[in-house]
Amino acid sequence: MEKNNLDSLDTIFQDKVDREIKIEPKDYMPDAYRKTLIRQISQHAHSEIVGQLPEANWVTRAPNLRRKAVLLAKIQDEAGHGLYLYSAVETLGADREDTIDDLHEGRAKYSSIFNYPTLTWADMGMVGWLVDGAAIMNQVPLCRCSYGPYARAMVRVCKEESFHQRQGFEIVTQLAQGTPVQKEMAQEALNRWWWPALMMFGPNDADSTHTAQSMKWKIKRHTNDELRQMFVDATVPQAELIGLKIPDNDLKFNEETGHYDFGEIDWDEFWQVVKGYGPCNTERVSARKKAKEDGLWVREAANVYAEKRARRNKKVS
Amino acid sequence: MSKIEWPLWEVFIRSKQGLSHKHVGSLRAADEEMAINNARDVYTRRSEGISIWVVESKNVVASDPSEAGPLFEPANSKAYRHPTFYEVPEGIKHM
Repeated sequence: MEKNNLDSLDTIFQDKVDREIKIEPKDYMPDAYRKTLIRQISQHAHSEIVGQLPEANWVTRAPNLRRKAVLLAKIQDEAGHGLYLYSAVETLGADREDTIDDLHEGRAKYSSIFNYPTLTWADMGMVGWLVDGAAIMNQVPLCRCSYGPYARAMVRVCKEESFHQRQGFEIVTQLAQGTPVQKEMAQEALNRWWWPALMMFGPNDADSTHTAQSMKWKIKRHTNDELRQMFVDATVPQAELIGLKIPDNDLKFNEETGHYDFGEIDWDEFWQVVKGYGPCNTERVSARKKAKEDGLWVREAANVYAEKRARRNKKVS
Repeated sequence: MSKIEWPLWEVFIRSKQGLSHKHVGSLRAADEEMAINNARDVYTRRSEGISIWVVESKNVVASDPSEAGPLFEPANSKAYRHPTFYEVPEGIKHM
């Protein structure tokens, strides 16, 4: 296409975005917009799928049948969320299996939070309350994302995610109101998960390379720091209500701003985990690779069976 | 990794009697039977449906969005197809 033509198409595209008209799969979109979305949506999908692993760790050891049924339903939801998102990424012309291979070969990332281990049952509570709570903060604005299929997938995800957060908070509340040992277990888990949960919102605005462009394209609606502040403001009173202490000595309500001030995140730790040196990075990716390799014969066999059946049906008719 | 993919299917769900099937997304499945089962698990975990249609994506024929202007133009110039085009004299309550 000629350069002039492209320029005017880009202008029409941005004008649609500015007027809050959704972009749909076959519409014109700039290459960079498409690439950004493929990267973001596929990494979001990978996060949902990898996110099943730390929870799967506790399925066989859930304290009772109700907890086990709830945990299984939640893990099944995460698989579903991954599938909505892979289906959205395919509308952009990306190949599902290619994006999965990108994850397995280290070319794509997933949310760093899932590189932390789940050591006690209280961690199942923290994952629901804090990790899904932070995910909701991120995902609610994505329901208004300029790309139609991503926005629609997010509407479904958000509806289901609030059950996840509530079941997590229920686990934490019950432990916090239990025996001293149970309360200590909850506090210890909060101490380990609080800071990694704050890191889920990504680098500070000043260090975030993609934010400005993503906001112009209306893929993103709030900056990392805005979302992080919203999360802190919402979560601190919840911790207070159930008598747990947020592990941050600088945490204080600021009467002037109406928000909580909080301490500095350990960015060295953040970058270490992002770069692959977190406690569970290797384990998570190798679990995903093994699942794909071990399932290969099933996918192959199902294709052969489908072909055979189609042939047989043809003969009959 | 060798590439073995299942075909892509578009999923349509009827949420209750009296409403049409509505497109909800897509999924991968080896055949139509698996597509229905997967659609049940992916798109109706909270009783969102009572009936499912699946259509292999390659069989969907779509209009081209860049041709939307000329394609839909004939309707744009025919305001007289809408009831609001006509003036109803005062004194007439329902028409």
